[in-house]
Amino acid sequence: MTGEVDRLHGEFEQLTGPTAPPSRRGPGGRPWASWVVLLLSLAYFFLPLVGTLLYSLREQPFLAAYAEMARDPQILSTLTYSFAIGVITIIVSIVLLVPTAFWVRLRLPRLRPIVEFVTLLPFVVPPIVLVFGLISTYSGPPLPFTGTNTGSDVLLTCAYVVLSFPYMYRSIDAGLRTIDIRTLTEASQSLGAGWFTLLWRVILPNLRVSILSGAFLTLAIVVGEFTIANFLARPMFATYLQLISGNLAYEPAAVALISFGITWAAMGLIALVGRGSQAKVELTGAH
Amino acid sequence: MTDLATTVDARVALPQRPGRRRAPWSLLGVVPFFAFALMFLVIPTTYLVVGSFQDQAGHLTAQNYLDLAQPRPANAYMVSIEISLVTAILGGILGFLLAYAVISGGLPRPIRTVVMTFSGVASNFAGVPLALAFMFTIGRTGFISVFLRTVLGWDIYGSGFTIYSKLGLEIVYLYFQLPLMVLIIAPAIDGLKKEWREASENAGASTFQYWRHIALPILMPSLLGSMILLFGNSFGAQATAFALTGGFIPLVTILIGSQLSGDTLGNQNLGYALAMGMVAIMGVTLVAYSWLSRRAERWQR
Repeated sequence: MTGEVDRLHGEFEQLTGPTAPPSRRGPGGRPWASWVVLLLSLAYFFLPLVGTLLYSLREQPFLAAYAEMARDPQILSTLTYSFAIGVITIIVSIVLLVPTAFWVRLRLPRLRPIVEFVTLLPFVVPPIVLVFGLISTYSGPPLPFTGTNTGSDVLLTCAYVVLSFPYMYRSIDAGLRTIDIRTLTEASQSLGAGWFTLLWRVILPNLRVSILSGAFLTLAIVVGEFTIANFLARPMFATYLQLISGNLAYEPAAVALISFGITWAAMGLIALVGRGSQAKVELTGAH
Repeated sequence: MTDLATTVDARVALPQRPGRRRAPWSLLGVVPFFAFALMFLVIPTTYLVVGSFQDQAGHLTAQNYLDLAQPRPANAYMVSIEISLVTAILGGILGFLLAYAVISGGLPRPIRTVVMTFSGVASNFAGVPLALAFMFTIGRTGFISVFLRTVLGWDIYGSGFTIYSKLGLEIVYLYFQLPLMVLIIAPAIDGLKKEWREASENAGASTFQYWRHIALPILMPSLLGSMILLFGNSFGAQATAFALTGGFIPLVTILIGSQLSGDTLGNQNLGYALAMGMVAIMGVTLVAYSWLSRRAERWQR
């Protein structure tokens, strides 16, 4: 059968001259062009990583930069601090956005464009402008957040919650779209559940997968965030890396690789959690 | 009389009426969200807006916006816009080529998955570690610079190149711009139907004609929209440039940063106007993007 088709195709080519190749075969049907593009891109993407790795290995004896890093108590403490802030950010973001998105879908559909607009605002207000506004507003009375460490921690976390709005709201809202919240609400209420039970034991478990992808993205952004942390003078991982990059020779290279590994891990978890769904569009703007 | 009118009205508009009556109460459900957004996003931004329209004594004025034309702010906008344009266009073109190569370029399917996942990582790998990675690679003692100098005898730093320059910053920015383009243009490339190509081939069109008259016009809104998004992405970036050059390259974000930490402009209110100009440009960017992406969706059904 296939042979027959090939023969016919050959005859057709004799009649019409060579036909254009089947479109599966890429730019003008030249897979080699695709390979060239791919290999050049890979070179561009991997050379800086190779460079960092080689640089981190320059110090003698072998792996000394990594030994230094392991001995540096600040690495662990800033990493712990960053992860703690990241986790609190995610929790606050979920507590704030899940009930809101749920309620808007259930009762206030007319408010949806407004809520969506607000959650997109962080794309329009870059981190540097946000932290500028926060410091200008909250460095004096009536709410002098920046006066104390705890106040600055709160301000930092709240700024990150704002940064997480676009990702978290979008993933929560996408999750809500796939479940029948009206029926779930009526069913649980007729069984005597209150609003809290409904959200905590019915809605939230149903949103687990979609929330997780937004959460890991938020975690990756927060752990690597520099601008806001720097101006609020918080001991975050990225600000510490910036600090030692001026003073130490090789250790920063080792730490930069770790940082890349953390981003990999977060993205890997997103891919793992959201298997089957297509790649998400990520406009982070927090660089 | 009023009661009667209400009753009649209620009967006519039955589905709407109860909702509208209960509205004040159900609005309570979104109060925490709006209160939070008000406190940590809207009020701080409004503070800057108000300040940008005041002089140092607190009088209403538009002078700060006129002062944006002074050499330092104007130069900052120029540099920021230039770098954002260059990296948006280059990142857009290169990102499109890479996305097209892995999606419909005849490469094995698993490569696509790997490249997409890696793009997710790389588009988020920015800031301090990214700047460092490039310093360790093509900084003065980076291995590529050393390799070129010792093996090929080409001293790139001797010939005027430095990673701590505009060109250097653009090379670094491409590291997150290019993969971001791959991520956002992929759905549009997926939307190019095989049938269109086959139809044009059957009608005798060459590859060039197919691209010129079919593929590119269909992709154009997506391409433009994505590049606009890339523009905004690099326009708002601060950490990478700060970590790479300290404050050497005067981007808007860098200038706002040094104004915030040391009042380098000597006028707090001019700083507010500088920030607001940035918000305005980001706003235009986002509106243009959403308009173009709505146009692009027509072909992706």
